[in-house]
Amino acid sequence: MGIEEKLPNGILLTTVEKLVNWTRKSSFWPATFGLACCAIEMMATGAARYDLARFGMEVFRASPRQADLMIVAGRVSQKMAPVLRQIYDQMPDPKWVLSMGVCASSGGMFNNYAIVQGVDHIVPVDMYLPGCPPRPEMLIDAILRLHDKIMDEPLGDKRRKVLEAREPAVVPAGSMPSSFRHNKELRAAWEKAAAQGREEQLRIEKWMETQARRNS
Amino acid sequence: MGQFIGTLKGFGVTFSHMFKKVVTEEYPEKRVPLAPRYHGRHILNRHPDGLEKCIGCELCAWACPADAIYVEGADNTDEERYSPGERYASTYQINYARCIFCGLCIEACPTRSLTMSNEYELARDSRQDLIFTKEQLLAPLLSGMEQPPHAMYLGDSEKDYYLSGPTNPGSSAGAEKNPAHRIADRDGKVAQ
Repeated sequence: MGIEEKLPNGILLTTVEKLVNWTRKSSFWPATFGLACCAIEMMATGAARYDLARFGMEVFRASPRQADLMIVAGRVSQKMAPVLRQIYDQMPDPKWVLSMGVCASSGGMFNNYAIVQGVDHIVPVDMYLPGCPPRPEMLIDAILRLHDKIMDEPLGDKRRKVLEAREPAVVPAGSMPSSFRHNKELRAAWEKAAAQGREEQLRIEKWMETQARRNS
Repeated sequence: MGQFIGTLKGFGVTFSHMFKKVVTEEYPEKRVPLAPRYHGRHILNRHPDGLEKCIGCELCAWACPADAIYVEGADNTDEERYSPGERYASTYQINYARCIFCGLCIEACPTRSLTMSNEYELARDSRQDLIFTKEQLLAPLLSGMEQPPHAMYLGDSEKDYYLSGPTNPGSSAGAEKNPAHRIADRDGKVAQ
């Protein structure tokens, strides 16, 4: 597109790429797009107790032109679909979409003619968050996974090809739960388990440990 | 001058908070334990010898209001045995893009095979990854457990497994084992 296409693929570019991605993820403003009950949890996440300001995201922008992230919180009816697409189109690039809750992700329990069966029929979705509604920690987890993915994004098409040529990582960006990623020991344990393909079992083992501590 | 000191005082209050304990949730670093009966990710439990508790009856799939569960049953044979009794689930999938965590499936389960954990970090970047397969849902093998298929080690028939049911909670004894949350029955006795 611009100068980054012509530059050689050296340390300079990777460092610039990291810097650009870091600035993008550190001031990641969401657009207010609450459609149903999930919006209540989204408001709770933005409010004082869960304090989304820690991640530079406290300002929910009412204007899509100032937003980077669209959190589709709630069920999307057929009538709302064109509105949703228009708001997405009005957001400036680069932009991301987080589909919050099962209704936005797949239609959830509303498998009927009135509800769009997954918001990815209308806009490209970067992170799906299940839950009905997801608790604020789950939303923060999804956002942090999205941060992880943004930090891994290539700058320009040339760099994208280089990154795609690499063999896939054992733990792809955005696949590790945030509480594991932000703890050194748990992170190492997760990476080891992912190499063996038993990360879900590890999770249950950790939960059983906390349960045993609680019962004793 | 007085105005200036007033300003300083105000900023002093703000500044002093840098050294105080925070009152907000510090989620990714510290995870606050949830209520013991919080409806999180499911677990498919095992008997103490490693055989699966699931008998492939599909009652969970019938109970599910969101049609999130898909089960395919198959017959156990003496050579290839996954669960005590006649049937086992050859395919078991839960679609977390549909599941609303209502818990009707674990109420419907006749063998307490399906229970829920408190795990909630489930976000993924593709819908395909949100469909959890049997391998992902099965409980980890604890000591004394062996990966099925294998013979019934705890008795000659499935009755031996089910008779010891209440004292045989399997690998993921969750909330029901927490002394603070045990529910007494009509005679005031608390289940062990």
